Amino acid sequence: MTAPVLETRDVSCTFQIGAGLFKAKRPLHAVNGVSLKLMKGDVLGLVGESGCGKSTLAKMLLGLQAPTGGDIRFDGAPIMGLDRRAIARRVQPIFQDPYSSLNPRKTVGSIISLPLRVHRVGEPDEWRDRVEAMMDLVGLARRFTDSYPNQLSGGQRQRVAIARALIMKPDVVICDEPTSALDVSVQSQILNLLQDLRQELGLTYLLISHNLAVVEHMATRVAVMYLGRIVEENDTDSLFQTPRHPYTQALLASVLTPEPGLGVPDAQLGIAFPNPIDPPAGCTFHPRCAQALAQCSRVAPMPIADGNGFTECHLYNPAKDVAA
Amino acid sequence: MTAEALDSAKILEPSPVTQLRRRIFGHAGFLFGAIVIAAMLAMALLAPLLAPYDPYDQDLARRVINPIWHDDGKWAHPLGTDQLGRDYLSRVIYGVRISLLIGFATMIISGVLGTALGVVAGYFGGRVDMVITFLITTRLSMPVVLVALAVVALVGGSLTVVISVLGLLLWDRFAVVMRSATMQVRALDYVAAAQAIGCSAARIVTTEIMPNILNALIVVATLEMAHAILLEAALSFLGLGVQPPLPSWGLMVAEGKEYMFFSPWLITIPGVALFLLVLAINLLGDGIRDITAPENRN
Repeated sequence: MTAPVLETRDVSCTFQIGAGLFKAKRPLHAVNGVSLKLMKGDVLGLVGESGCGKSTLAKMLLGLQAPTGGDIRFDGAPIMGLDRRAIARRVQPIFQDPYSSLNPRKTVGSIISLPLRVHRVGEPDEWRDRVEAMMDLVGLARRFTDSYPNQLSGGQRQRVAIARALIMKPDVVICDEPTSALDVSVQSQILNLLQDLRQELGLTYLLISHNLAVVEHMATRVAVMYLGRIVEENDTDSLFQTPRHPYTQALLASVLTPEPGLGVPDAQLGIAFPNPIDPPAGCTFHPRCAQALAQCSRVAPMPIADGNGFTECHLYNPAKDVAA
Repeated sequence: MTAEALDSAKILEPSPVTQLRRRIFGHAGFLFGAIVIAAMLAMALLAPLLAPYDPYDQDLARRVINPIWHDDGKWAHPLGTDQLGRDYLSRVIYGVRISLLIGFATMIISGVLGTALGVVAGYFGGRVDMVITFLITTRLSMPVVLVALAVVALVGGSLTVVISVLGLLLWDRFAVVMRSATMQVRALDYVAAAQAIGCSAARIVTTEIMPNILNALIVVATLEMAHAILLEAALSFLGLGVQPPLPSWGLMVAEGKEYMFFSPWLITIPGVALFLLVLAINLLGDGIRDITAPENRN
């Protein structure tokens, strides 16, 4: 077995939230002990509702946010020892909104060539060739080189963002909701482009999304995040066929069905998302869990291995009554 | 329908240059401002050629001659002469030099100071922002005219003193506007993308943020330039700005005020000149913003 391209070990990120001038600051555990492994060529789907820490995790992987605990490793080397530019060569982002991720005052050519200029790759006269080669690869006509982003459609803009992310040939690409700001008709084009590029360039993706259909289509593995923790991780097939964690089950049940008579499904997630400053004791999911046991409100569950993945839930604890 | 009618080249949008030209000529305020400013600049540069007399030449035999629209006006002095017999047209022409010089120099000094502080505060945030916000608040709590009066009274009035005092006092609006504009742009994804690429903070500020806050900067710069010109006139009127015999418009109003009831044009002519210049600068600033705003670019 080879080393993972990107690995997080028990990574945490805690923000100190000021409650007022004379009140003590309180910790907010945005990401709380996340361990993930991305093998070369994998597409790891990261799902979870808004505010669960997906984007903070992505920022840490990009080196834009320092973890407050644990460590992140590229090919086994800790990220702490790497400088900004070394991280940039290994991991690049694709953002959700192609309308705000491109500088409106720069031409497409200058946006795509920015990484080459910053890292001084090759000679300045090669840059235009490399930009045009990259534009061909992402399916963007060369005549757009001197266009401004506002002259492009949403799909074309997202192709520019993809070209910018890939021109330095990174190992890992972090796609933060890459299609949710696009028209439905364009979404599949961008997803297929990402799939093709992965095979062609041997990329590894971390795909952050709340669109489960996209994740099922793209990902090889899926991690489900809830309140800063990964509660279940498994192969895409296993996770979608036999979801184990009650939260995963609820997420899958909440997907709209094409049958109109069935109406909007009830995910059984009655009460609102808990306040992350004041998370529930024990298993953080227990107030919303339909299958909560007595111990769930007292003891935090440990990860329980399950085939290729794991689940953090007392329901699957072989020694259920140990803590009770 | 023929193939020619479907020719896509005919329905393509006009070229950027054409679009820009249309926007410029469709904006009356911008055109008016630009023409007046261009005329004033030409006057300032060509003053020795345009002015019929030396603005400092006194001729006590020809004091307070009425301008040409009075019955006894003479073409020798189209705008008449002042209380010391100096040709008023020449003084008005030379006066635009003082106003523009003070306006530009003050705008540049305060613009560099305020923009630097504002962008740094907006980009780095946190403690840096707190310190700079405190500086801005301190500056805002000082009354400009009183501080300027005090300094000029202590050091003595001269062109350099007026420019430095105003330059060091008028940076607050630059700082406030640039700070909030920077904070807005900084939160956008293209700044995060530039950070993820590994750009330095200096590069992000100069190539990603500055071009996108330039509109706001232009508007503030024109407002502050107009502000500085008016303040100079006010200080000179109070006798604490530019010193006689320099032909400053504010000073001309001050010198003419004793003759206000018998020769009101001694005040109205420099007053109208001042009003026109300030109006033109403000209209030009608004026009530049309207013409270059990205929301108009489509």
